[in-house]
Amino acid sequence: LLSAGIALPLFFALGLAGLAVGLGLHFSSGTIRELELDYTGAPRSNHDCARCTNASATSGPCLCTLRFELAEPFPGPVCLYYQLSNYYQNHRRYGVSRDDLQLSGDPWGLRVANSLFNDTFTLHRLVNGSFMPVPLDSRGISWWTDSNVKFRNPELVNGSLATAFWGTAKPPNWPCAAYLLDAGNPNNTGFVNEDFIVWMRTAALPTFRKLYRRVHQGNFSAGLPHGTYRLDINYSYPVLPFKGTKKVILSTVSWMGGKNPFLGIAYLVFGSACILTGFVMLAVHIKYQQQNQMDED
Amino acid sequence: MGCLIFRKKEQAYVEKCWKDVQVGDFVQLQCNETIPADILLLYSSDQNGTCHLETANLDGETNLKQRQVVTGFFHQSSEFHPEFFQNTIVCEMPNNDLNKFKGYVTICLPCKLQKVSNIVCCNVAQSNFHKIQGIQREQPDSKKIGFSSENLLLRGCTIRNTEVAIGIVIYAGHETKAMLNNSGPRYKRSKIERRMNMDIFFCVGLLFIMCLIGALGHGIWNGSFSEHPPYNVPDVNGYYLSSALAGFYMFLTMIILLQVLIPISLYVSIELVKLGQVFLIHNDIDLYDEERDFPIQCRALNITEDLGQIQHIFSDKTGTLTENKMVFRRCTINGNEFSHQENAKRLETHKDMDLEDADWAKCQQAIFPAIEIEKQATLKQKSAKPLRRCQSARAHVPGHARKRSLGRCDSSQSQVAFSSTIEKDVTPDSRLLRKVRDAALQMESLSPFTSKATFSSTTATTDFFLALAICNTVVVSTATEPRQRVTAPPLMKPSGISLERIHQLFQRLKLANLSQSFSSTQSRSDLGASFETEDNKENPAAPNSCDKDDDNNGGGRIVVHRKDSTGTHNTSLDEAFESVTQGSLQAEFCYEAESPDEAALVHAARAYSFTLVSRTPEQVTVRLPQGTLLTFDILYTLGFDSVRKRMSVVVRHPLTNEIIVYTKGADSVIMDLLEDPARDGIDVEKKLRRIHAKTQKHLDCYARDGLRTLCIAKKVLSEEDFEKWANFRQEAEAAIDNRDELLMETAQHLETKLTLLGATGIEDRLQDGVPDTIAALREAGIQIWVLTGDKQETAVNIAYSCKLLDQRDTVFTINTENKETCESLLDLTLEEVRKNCGIKKSKWTFFGIGLPSSLPASTGPVPEFGLVIDGKTLNIVFQGELERKFLELTKYCRSVLCCRATPLQKSKVVKLVRRQLNVMTLSIGDGANDVSMIQVADIGIGISGQEGMQAVMASDFAISRFKHLKKLLLVHGHWCYSRLAKMVIYYFYKNVNYVNLLFWYQFFCGFSGATMIDYWQMIFFNLFFTSLPPIIFGVLDRDVSAETLLSLPELYKKGQNSEIYKLSTFIIAMLDAFYQSLVCFFVPYFTYEGSDIDVFTFGTPINTISLLTILLHQALEIKTWTLFHWITMIGSVVLYLFISTVYNAVCVVCNPPTNPYWIMENQMSDPRFYLLCFIAPVLALLPRYFVLALQGTFVACPILKAQQLDKLPKEQRDLEIHLWRTKNQATLGTSSVCVDEVNLSTSNVCLSPFLHPTASAISHDNLGLSPQDTNPRREWILNRESQYSIRRQTEEETTSASSSVTASPWQYQFLTDRNASPGQFTGQLTDGCAERLNRGSHRRSVSAVTL
Repeated sequence: LLSAGIALPLFFALGLAGLAVGLGLHFSSGTIRELELDYTGAPRSNHDCARCTNASATSGPCLCTLRFELAEPFPGPVCLYYQLSNYYQNHRRYGVSRDDLQLSGDPWGLRVANSLFNDTFTLHRLVNGSFMPVPLDSRGISWWTDSNVKFRNPELVNGSLATAFWGTAKPPNWPCAAYLLDAGNPNNTGFVNEDFIVWMRTAALPTFRKLYRRVHQGNFSAGLPHGTYRLDINYSYPVLPFKGTKKVILSTVSWMGGKNPFLGIAYLVFGSACILTGFVMLAVHIKYQQQNQMDED
Repeated sequence: MGCLIFRKKEQAYVEKCWKDVQVGDFVQLQCNETIPADILLLYSSDQNGTCHLETANLDGETNLKQRQVVTGFFHQSSEFHPEFFQNTIVCEMPNNDLNKFKGYVTICLPCKLQKVSNIVCCNVAQSNFHKIQGIQREQPDSKKIGFSSENLLLRGCTIRNTEVAIGIVIYAGHETKAMLNNSGPRYKRSKIERRMNMDIFFCVGLLFIMCLIGALGHGIWNGSFSEHPPYNVPDVNGYYLSSALAGFYMFLTMIILLQVLIPISLYVSIELVKLGQVFLIHNDIDLYDEERDFPIQCRALNITEDLGQIQHIFSDKTGTLTENKMVFRRCTINGNEFSHQENAKRLETHKDMDLEDADWAKCQQAIFPAIEIEKQATLKQKSAKPLRRCQSARAHVPGHARKRSLGRCDSSQSQVAFSSTIEKDVTPDSRLLRKVRDAALQMESLSPFTSKATFSSTTATTDFFLALAICNTVVVSTATEPRQRVTAPPLMKPSGISLERIHQLFQRLKLANLSQSFSSTQSRSDLGASFETEDNKENPAAPNSCDKDDDNNGGGRIVVHRKDSTGTHNTSLDEAFESVTQGSLQAEFCYEAESPDEAALVHAARAYSFTLVSRTPEQVTVRLPQGTLLTFDILYTLGFDSVRKRMSVVVRHPLTNEIIVYTKGADSVIMDLLEDPARDGIDVEKKLRRIHAKTQKHLDCYARDGLRTLCIAKKVLSEEDFEKWANFRQEAEAAIDNRDELLMETAQHLETKLTLLGATGIEDRLQDGVPDTIAALREAGIQIWVLTGDKQETAVNIAYSCKLLDQRDTVFTINTENKETCESLLDLTLEEVRKNCGIKKSKWTFFGIGLPSSLPASTGPVPEFGLVIDGKTLNIVFQGELERKFLELTKYCRSVLCCRATPLQKSKVVKLVRRQLNVMTLSIGDGANDVSMIQVADIGIGISGQEGMQAVMASDFAISRFKHLKKLLLVHGHWCYSRLAKMVIYYFYKNVNYVNLLFWYQFFCGFSGATMIDYWQMIFFNLFFTSLPPIIFGVLDRDVSAETLLSLPELYKKGQNSEIYKLSTFIIAMLDAFYQSLVCFFVPYFTYEGSDIDVFTFGTPINTISLLTILLHQALEIKTWTLFHWITMIGSVVLYLFISTVYNAVCVVCNPPTNPYWIMENQMSDPRFYLLCFIAPVLALLPRYFVLALQGTFVACPILKAQQLDKLPKEQRDLEIHLWRTKNQATLGTSSVCVDEVNLSTSNVCLSPFLHPTASAISHDNLGLSPQDTNPRREWILNRESQYSIRRQTEEETTSASSSVTASPWQYQFLTDRNASPGQFTGQLTDGCAERLNRGSHRRSVSAVTL
């Protein structure tokens, strides 16, 4: 049976635990470096990409660049995300339109999402006055289980993926057919293309980021040093019609994922609330005991 | 079932099914056959033209009733020939009144014996009469013979003691009175379920609102785009929906998505839970009756929780509260009280008697402490006897026999009414026994012929027992041939001696005996032999012949006198008798009486060796202690009726030739009819007065003990007086108009100037634990009504003895047949009661406004009023639309007694209370007459008693004892209610909580109806992961232990007031569900906001959090943790994790288009998942936990306190419970002080205008302290017709006058003559009454108007 006396220690214990965890989380979250770069290019803004917003999809890719400074080094591995906002990938009918059977290798009735995000980015670092490309690794950005188990290309016909896809139409918004996604790399083409797989993992919320590339190779295996960088954007994905924004995010990762102070703060608040409640309980308990004693007297 | 119907084709009776019985059929009925339709009796094999019935199926009375052959057919000595029946029968339309029936037969005088085509027609047009015709032509010279309910055999009754009866079917099938009294079954739905259905509507409303929000949101969201975004997928043809249409579709989608909000699974779970509850109730060993091998039967599976919400109990009396066994307890003769201590002891130990011989022997020794030691040997022999008799009695008493469990299929056949051991064996009071013996001695030694009735106590004793034996309508039968009526001293067929011969023998014996006693010079021991009777419990002075006799006879037998000094002719007679007795007289007399107390009195008389041997309408034979058989000629029998409240028998004494009137009746009546003591001199007067006073005192004492009191009186009539009266009587009997009134008048004329012989106290044995149960139920806040078909006096007595009425209560009795009277009486009473309850009433309304019922004071003031109402008045109430007033009045009454109520009335009363007061009702009864009431109530409980199984068949629960009701309601009812109520609330909470998660997500998916939880997981969530704990909770949880619940009945009020599941708790649960779902959704939301989380990875922690929250919420509710609880709780979580993991690992593409693959595994490797799963549930439950902890600290409600008590060790708990109860009683005590004050004011009120005529007398008594003031019980009768009488009972004669004002109980009795019209009333006022009424000033006018 519950009473203040019994609940008291629990509240204090919970409170202390909450505070401890909260502090840990807070600090752990604080170590994460994150940089957001909005390249939506809203009209009438003096953004370089603003000019690309008017370009139609058919007129070919529009290139724009973005320069930014890293004031402090980002320890590796650094992840490069793109973020869309106001993009309802979780829309029910959007979600329903996918066909997992197809994605796992059944070629019949191809109905791949038409709306694959197709902006591409390249990152350069200003080294000694010239921009050196930062190697971006496109492998391992998707879940291992997705790229190795769930997503399968159809059986090769005569050793050719193209013939396997024979008779299927190119999605109207796509620049090329599915089997040409990363034509040079047979392990990353067609349905097993990791960009495609990442895109196909439906985002939970209308503002979401998706992992684009990872920086963990070569000179940048320790992360991105501070300095000036240039981001080249192959701008082709329209977001303005639905009032969306596009961002590129550079972020380091920790054991608790990306930067999100909420959980830490929540634990801190929770812990202090518990301790506060504990004190209330204590007061109640003491008062009640006095009252009881008075009653008995 | 079949019965014999006359077929004219075959000219014989043919076996037919009941369903084929038609109006106009002639039916032949055999002994012990159940009557298939309402039949007019035309022939009986009985020579008196009577037919005996047992009506237990209709009114619960197990005694025999007599029905007469229709007058015109009575003299047919020959067989009845249906083919010659050619009369027209006209009778009432079918109705449900069991006691009323009238009609007439038109007999055509020139009765040609022609064969008749038995045309039956129901001529409705003819003044609402139902016509059955043998021949349709009207006979001009026909004669009409009336018949009444006396001639009607009702369906459902059983023919007894009559070999063959033939009658014509008047009503058949559904038109029979029994069927019309049966209101048919009702589909019962428990209160919680009714309430739940309302809340389901709330959920539907909520669902609608949520869907509407979704639809509107989707419409607006859709319309906010100037061009279609890439994620808005067109339909197959490439078209996009318009916003409005999309919104509408979304509405439908949302209905499908959120329909879990309507807890369909709740219904399934409830059924399962109830099944479990019923199983537990059924297996409760406390509700098992070992004696009868009868566990509780739960016949209804869907209303267990209603047991915990009962507010009104309607109980049958006979067989439910009482065992329906009348036992002679005490008597007072001539002012001397014989307390029958031994008898009382025997009654207490009667159960053990069956078990242990040793106990009985001990008991015997205790009973006869005065018996000389040298008689021990004989005693021991005898001590075995009662046992044997017990067994012989048990053989045909189902109630006491284990046989029932052995599958005795025909219960009605072997039932013999009023013949259980405890009723039959009356242990005589040793003092009285000695006195009887002395009296007998005296009778013998003195001349019985010179019987000048000097007022000696000895003759009074003899007379007293003679009166007991004679003044009744008991039918004698023998045990060996049950239900075979003995109209003459027992037959002895085996010995081959004819009845006449035996008569002669007796005659001669008697003469011899008498002559001997005349010439007696006998020694005392010789005389002692003449006392030798069949009664085995006495007579130490018996010679050895006694033992021999005892061994020969099983109990009842014809006494044989053997005296050493008898002449030679006697010896030969003795030898003749010897053979007779040894041969056959194992037979035991069975007495079957109209009312069970009559049987008890006859048994009592028999215990003192005044044995009723036979009875015919003309003669009654009694064996005296001397062994003489006295055959009295019965001149008249004035039967019992409830107005006179007495019966009389006029007999001619065979020896003295005197005409004696023996009267037996209610003390209140008899005491007023006694002869004026002032007649014969001052000594006699004094003596008589003293006797009367003493007797009255004893009577009061009996009444206080809850005994049914009867006064016995006699009167010797002179030959001339009798002649006069007999003429009078004959005239009255012959009269056509006002016959009843005239008969009544003649009866009253005869029953005056009686000489008081004594009084008896009879106990209608209550079942074990009835007062205790009633007290507990009342403490639990349940109002208990008794609805009985029995007499008012009996009902009131029982009500007192089972503590339903307290001696201090004010009891209002309303008997009237007139609407206006009834209305004004109700008004008057209501006014009075309101006045007295003024204080209370304000309190009640105060609470009605909605003060939290946590204050125990709300239960404090119990209205201290009782209401007694009879069936006829009830009829008026129902017909005159006085229901509301009646109910208003009953609200103030602590208990209500409805007497003489028909089955239909019972059900009407229950229905009325259930509908109008909107309360939960429970009916409990044991007989077929309770069936309709059982069906009408919210819960019907059948007691599997001695009256067949019909009540059980109609009931929802069948128990074997009234006392089981206590545990059934207080413990199981409470548990079932609180379990189920909590479970229902929990289910609502659970579904709202879970569904809201989906709803919140709609705000983040464009109201598209998308879900973040895989729908298999959703289905499993309700089906597997969260279904078992609430079911286990619903079956097993015990918020308070059984012992505590039993010792603190007030805990029951929780269920009664529906405190667990009501609007407020429901709303709180809903709000809590909203809060919790917000926490469960938004904590993960903010955690994952702006990350690369995908839909199902986002949904999995939410699902997990919500599961933990919901389960932990349940854990907070659980008060008793058993292994089952732990297993299901932990099992649910483990099952969830296991199934999710496996499902997510196996299902690669099994469930397109969703993508649950490897998500759980992924999440379980993420520390954030665990962090979330910790903080979110705790955060969600924190407020609830906080509030619960506060509640637990302050112990606001009794349940919580009881729960705390349960945690204490046993001794301490008992102590605490005791403290609690005494504390409560203290608060009650203060309120009872108030009540006393109220009582005081009551008496003041009485002194003022109310009932003025008597008030003056009362005030006089109170103030004047006259000796009469201490007269314990007095009744003022305002006029001869008992128009308006107030009876006042005072506690004891020792009560001081001052205290008697406060403590004396008041009993107002409003009696109105049923037939008297106002005109008659005023016309009949005697002078004295008028004078008395005149003193009553203005009040008289009221009464005159009222009546």
